Amino acid sequence: MADIRNTFVGIKSPNPFWLASAPPTDKAYNVERAFKAGWGGVVWKTLGEEGPPVVNVNGPRYGAIWGADRRLLGLNNIELITDRDLYTNLREMKEVKRNWPDRAIIASIMVPCEEQAWKAILPLVEETEVDGIELNFGCPHGMSERGMGSAVGQVPEYIEMVVRWCKQYTRMPVITKLTPNISDIRHPARAAKRGGTDAVSLINTISSIVSVDLDTFSPNPSVGGKGSHGGYCGPAVKPIALNMVAEIARDPETYGLPISGIGGVTTWRDAAEFLVLGAGNVQVCTAAMTYGFKIVQEMITGLSDWMDQKGHRTLDDITGRAVSNVTDWQYLNLNYIAKAKIDQDLCIKCGRCHIACEDTSHQAITNVVGGIRHFEVMEEECVGCNLCVNVCPVENCITMDALPAGELDKRTGKVVEPTYANWTMHPNNPVARQAAE
Amino acid sequence: MERLGNGIEAGRLTPAEYAANFADLHPRLDKHEALVAADRCYFCYDAPCMTACPTAIDIPLFIRQISTGNPLGSAKTIFDQNILGGMCARVCPTETLCEQACVRNTAEDRPVEIGKLQRYSTDIAMQENRQFYRRAAPTGKTIVVVGAGPAGLAAAHRLALHGHAVVILDAREKAGGLNEYGIATYKAVEDFAQREVAYITAIGGIEIRNGQMLGRDFSLSDLTANYDAIFLGMGLTGVNGLGIEGEDLAGVEDAVDFIAALRQARDKSAVPIGRRVVVLGGGMTAIDAAIQAKLLGAEEVTICYRRGKENMNASGYEQDLAKANGVIIRHWLAPKSILGQDGKVAGIEVEYTAMRDGQLIGTGETGVLAADQIMKAIGQSFSASGLGALQFSKGKIAVDTEGRTSLERVWAGGDCTGIGEDLTVSAAAQGRDAAESITRAFAAALQPATAVA
Repeated sequence: MADIRNTFVGIKSPNPFWLASAPPTDKAYNVERAFKAGWGGVVWKTLGEEGPPVVNVNGPRYGAIWGADRRLLGLNNIELITDRDLYTNLREMKEVKRNWPDRAIIASIMVPCEEQAWKAILPLVEETEVDGIELNFGCPHGMSERGMGSAVGQVPEYIEMVVRWCKQYTRMPVITKLTPNISDIRHPARAAKRGGTDAVSLINTISSIVSVDLDTFSPNPSVGGKGSHGGYCGPAVKPIALNMVAEIARDPETYGLPISGIGGVTTWRDAAEFLVLGAGNVQVCTAAMTYGFKIVQEMITGLSDWMDQKGHRTLDDITGRAVSNVTDWQYLNLNYIAKAKIDQDLCIKCGRCHIACEDTSHQAITNVVGGIRHFEVMEEECVGCNLCVNVCPVENCITMDALPAGELDKRTGKVVEPTYANWTMHPNNPVARQAAE
Repeated sequence: MERLGNGIEAGRLTPAEYAANFADLHPRLDKHEALVAADRCYFCYDAPCMTACPTAIDIPLFIRQISTGNPLGSAKTIFDQNILGGMCARVCPTETLCEQACVRNTAEDRPVEIGKLQRYSTDIAMQENRQFYRRAAPTGKTIVVVGAGPAGLAAAHRLALHGHAVVILDAREKAGGLNEYGIATYKAVEDFAQREVAYITAIGGIEIRNGQMLGRDFSLSDLTANYDAIFLGMGLTGVNGLGIEGEDLAGVEDAVDFIAALRQARDKSAVPIGRRVVVLGGGMTAIDAAIQAKLLGAEEVTICYRRGKENMNASGYEQDLAKANGVIIRHWLAPKSILGQDGKVAGIEVEYTAMRDGQLIGTGETGVLAADQIMKAIGQSFSASGLGALQFSKGKIAVDTEGRTSLERVWAGGDCTGIGEDLTVSAAAQGRDAAESITRAFAAALQPATAVA
């Protein structure tokens, strides 16, 4: 039985599944339900500074995109940080932590970008005896208009400055939550590290307009006929999040910096992908908001069963295992040659591979052979692009088979080389040519 | 118990049972169901379902239009190819046409529900009476269409679209042909056939004259003398007989008459039915009659077919539907004589049959089935007079692929010709194609041939 107990920047939890700072972690009631359901930890919904709390809109706060059968694929929200009194939150956090000592509780904080504001709130949080803090530099809507959230996360110097204050004024581990609404995620991550952060967590939501009502011409969610951009999350953002996690994991400047992976984690597989790309644990929100807290049971068993099947004993055995396989394009092996192959027994003859290839790619798949509807790859045209595999509705019907060294590539007329050769060495690369000459 | 009384009686069921039994067989999909069903379509390239459809409806496109919330656009895609798309959505044997060709069958043995999706779009368009077509400028040509069934209506609509004036002559009281008189009641509820006639003729330029029968009220030569072109689509009016003893007993009737009378009956409880009904035949008509006999409260309904299950013209789906309704289907039984008592049917003597050396023979073994009603569903035949010198092929009107007959200016389509399957959808395709052929013929006549080389 695999051991999925998690230690993240010294914080222990029975599993690597935390609920992200968001509506599901708004108050003791929800958090206790989450712990009962099995969640390893929660990042409490973001606290603001002392005083009258923020107010939320009283109309719709969420918008979504759906797949067939209304399966929720992406969620967008315009909810702000907690709209409850600071002391109510602190009291409940302390109480819940006392009742659930084996679970992780992290306080998410967002206060103005002033030293005094951070200095004031940190001792209050520390007093609750929660396990750590997460700096919310991520929210792209509402709070960012007031100079907080992603407005901080978009300026590496601010990140570094605030992290430094936090490290100065608290002994608690500091996790810096990053916004994806920037051009290169490595810069804010490096800044957080320079400031002394113990970890980064990412991604926060992506600025988005989820849809427009074509009758009223109002963006959704529509608050009395007007809309504001929200933060996008859910399964749709996972690929973006995975890339950003991997970028930080393999950046020489931030290599080894603990990462809490966030963004569309819905199943154990999603979680495992974040972990192998370098995340020390994962945070979940949309999946819980879609299906309720029970989904963690699938995540726990799924991750554990997969680890058992593969012989991985602890999370350390898998964390970061894929990082070294993420590389720059220029180092990909240009002598690796693959061709699509269609399994005729599995083919249902829908013709999607043919039309995708014919209309939009390399004209390498037949549709009629000998007067009969038949789909077959013409190796002499196939560049191995994989589009047919992606559009085929039948799993494993089309596979990409690598040509072994020594075999003839019918497209180029050249024999497959046994050696590794990348763009940096290629004769067409002006830089390579210069070096050779 | 009166409800199980012997003989042919009406009112065997409660009003609630009649209402339930003759309700819509497959209620229309609601929007959510339609979206889920539509999502299963792969939008195949050169889709096999399209090829399988006699009217070549662009099925992947109309389904995609449903999935994007455009049911009206979807309906237009359907009507572009088949203006009777609404009825076809109800009566097409999709399991042997589009849905059989669906590639989903290969992977999971469950096709996209094309028929139900077609009904979804066409119902919406027809309920809104959304007319998609505007007639071309009047051509001054008038075409007479004989028969207001599927072939005639499809031809009339396409002819009207091209700007021609159309007069439809139909022998019956109501237009619609088999759609009105020959389809099981639960397949086209709420007067759908008449609503469809109204929807089709709303394009304008189509006049329907009822009670006009070829050979009785007019002849083909009358038409050629008075119209620019003629389309014959009067279907099959003859019914095959058994030619056995007892056929004239009270309680022996043609299944098509039973089906028509039931369709026309406002009050189903007034339609009498036997306690034990035997239906002879193996096609859709036999199935429709048998199921409806059961739905009217017959205690025992047996279909006797003189060949095997694999020879039945009724589709597997229809056979299953019959069985699900409690109809017993017996194969390899041929009627030998109908037994009577007091001038009424009392039973039927049947002989077992077998195939020997490619010949269907009686084995000599016989038996008797008790019955108080016998329905004959052993096929219809073409019988028409007043067609003059028109040429026939295998007892039906001979036509080429465009529907042209042996006579100048005379086209034909539907069951009265020998081409295609005897389906509403085939008739619709033939009517439409003949209308195009007629229009081309007019255009060709306008342009005198000129030397091109």
